[in-house]
Amino acid sequence: MGAIYIMWLREVKRYFRSRAQVVVSLGQPTLYLLALGFGFGPVFAKAGAGNYLQFIAPGVIGMTVLFSSIFSGMAMLWDRQFGFLKETLVAPVPRLNIILGRTLGGATVASLQGFLMLIVCLIAGFRPVHAHAAGTPGSHNWLAVPIAAIFIGMIAIVFAALGASVGSTIKDMQGFQVLMNFLVMPIFFLSGALYPLKNLPKVLSWITHGDPLTYGIDGLRGVLIGSWQFSFKWQFNFMLDLCLLLALAAIFLSTSAWLFSRIEV
Amino acid sequence: MIRVENLTKTFDQFTAVNDITFQVDSGEIFAFLGPNGAGKTTTIKMLTTLLRPTAGRIQLDGFDPWVKQREARQRFGIVFQDPSLDNEQTAYENMELHGVLYHIPHRVRGERIEQLLRLFELWERRNDYVKTFSGGMKRRLEIARGFLHTPKILFLDEPTLGLDPQSRNQLWTHVKALNAKEKTTVFLTTHYMDEADRVAHRIAIMDHGAIVAIGTSAELRARTNTDSLEGAFLALTGTSLRDEAASSTDAIRRFAQMWQQKR
Ligand SMILES: Nc1ncnc2c1ncn2[C@@H]1O[C@H](COP(=O)(O)OP(=O)(O)OP(=O)(O)O)[C@@H](O)[C@H]1O
Ligand SMILES: [Mg+2]
Repeated sequence: MGAIYIMWLREVKRYFRSRAQVVVSLGQPTLYLLALGFGFGPVFAKAGAGNYLQFIAPGVIGMTVLFSSIFSGMAMLWDRQFGFLKETLVAPVPRLNIILGRTLGGATVASLQGFLMLIVCLIAGFRPVHAHAAGTPGSHNWLAVPIAAIFIGMIAIVFAALGASVGSTIKDMQGFQVLMNFLVMPIFFLSGALYPLKNLPKVLSWITHGDPLTYGIDGLRGVLIGSWQFSFKWQFNFMLDLCLLLALAAIFLSTSAWLFSRIEV
Repeated sequence: MIRVENLTKTFDQFTAVNDITFQVDSGEIFAFLGPNGAGKTTTIKMLTTLLRPTAGRIQLDGFDPWVKQREARQRFGIVFQDPSLDNEQTAYENMELHGVLYHIPHRVRGERIEQLLRLFELWERRNDYVKTFSGGMKRRLEIARGFLHTPKILFLDEPTLGLDPQSRNQLWTHVKALNAKEKTTVFLTTHYMDEADRVAHRIAIMDHGAIVAIGTSAELRARTNTDSLEGAFLALTGTSLRDEAASSTDAIRRFAQMWQQKR
């Protein structure tokens, strides 16, 4: 228990100590929100698809959580290079506890970032609402925020664990670059964060269904602007999204624990 | 306390540690000497559960570190040859983290940390980030951390690397005191012959992955008919540079790794 806590604390402390980075890492999602939200807004509205800013806000919140959590896991690369990793590898505690602490710490930080992004979205004009027919926003639904927190947390855990699996495997910066381009960006762009997944070409549709983030974004968006009872905004549904994310979290956590336990230096 | 039998480590084609056998008794200070690339660090990594041996058997205080990992890990402390501190935390936080990982009860933890930080003259800087420390201060902190959980066996891999003469002197005084008071077994490597001569009860000389001689400093000198440990060392390991051979194999190994990753 102590080991999990102290490793968790290390991540959280590091977050609160690098305030500049907190702001910087919100920059990119904010740019997406404003540039795309307002840029594509008119086209989207003309197509009768509703308010694009409303649509994209859950997407950029998911994006923030994705990037923050997956990088926290990959930060293991730095610990490997600066040598601190060795200190945790020879400690007389199960390596499972070390990796759990790290992952939960990374997920906590990513969730906090997600909430900050939610606030940015609110400032930009986004409102959680009950859905009405044809996608026109109905009355405000502040109750959605705490439920959205479940999905923010689940996205954070899933990808912090995925990042930790990757971080336990790659050993150098080249590997990191490659993964960045061939893993993180596709996960983001193929998740439905930026566009609706309905009526996509067959192949693209299959790929999006294989993307873990798809279910996180769907859950977030469903909760924030789809309201539970109205399933039309949901690509899937609350239970399916949640169960899939839970299953993925279990799979990735076990994978990272297994990979971490095999590290040699 | 440490028993090693026919220990071997092979990296791809290259044999870094070749069938070594030795014992270190409880309470002994044992020095491992050898030219660069002899296999000292590789041996320590295998003893401390960081690297799986290709063949051979190890026992630390009766435990096989590859079977009873946690028991073995609780029993040793280690100062690595390369840095292993968390630069983004303060000196105190580094100690605290170590204390928690090694199950030191909260009541005694703070007290012991203070004691050690004072001993290594880091107490005034306890709340500074490690990244602001000089090389020698970092080294002292790592050594203090290695002492924190009062290990039964202390591995010191070139602990005096980068330390000034005062700190080196001080370190060995502390190590000898700890060894005398707590009967800590010490396993150290160094490239300073005078240090080994001064602190070690027994010395093993390693070259090309094999142990070429074991004994007290006097025994090694007598065996080689020399009047200093340095003379004995050179007589046993020759005077040619080892870095050349090591670094060309290194280069090939690195090239092979790159090649494998590209595919
Ligand atoms: N991960 C590795 N893969 C391949 N070869 C390795 C690896 N680690 C070490 N070696 C090789 O094993 C040999 C022994 O290295 P080791 O680090 O044990 O030497 P050492 O005795 O500690 O030397 P030094 O005094 O320079 O620290 C070297 O030739 C080194 O190149
Ligand atoms: Mg070495």
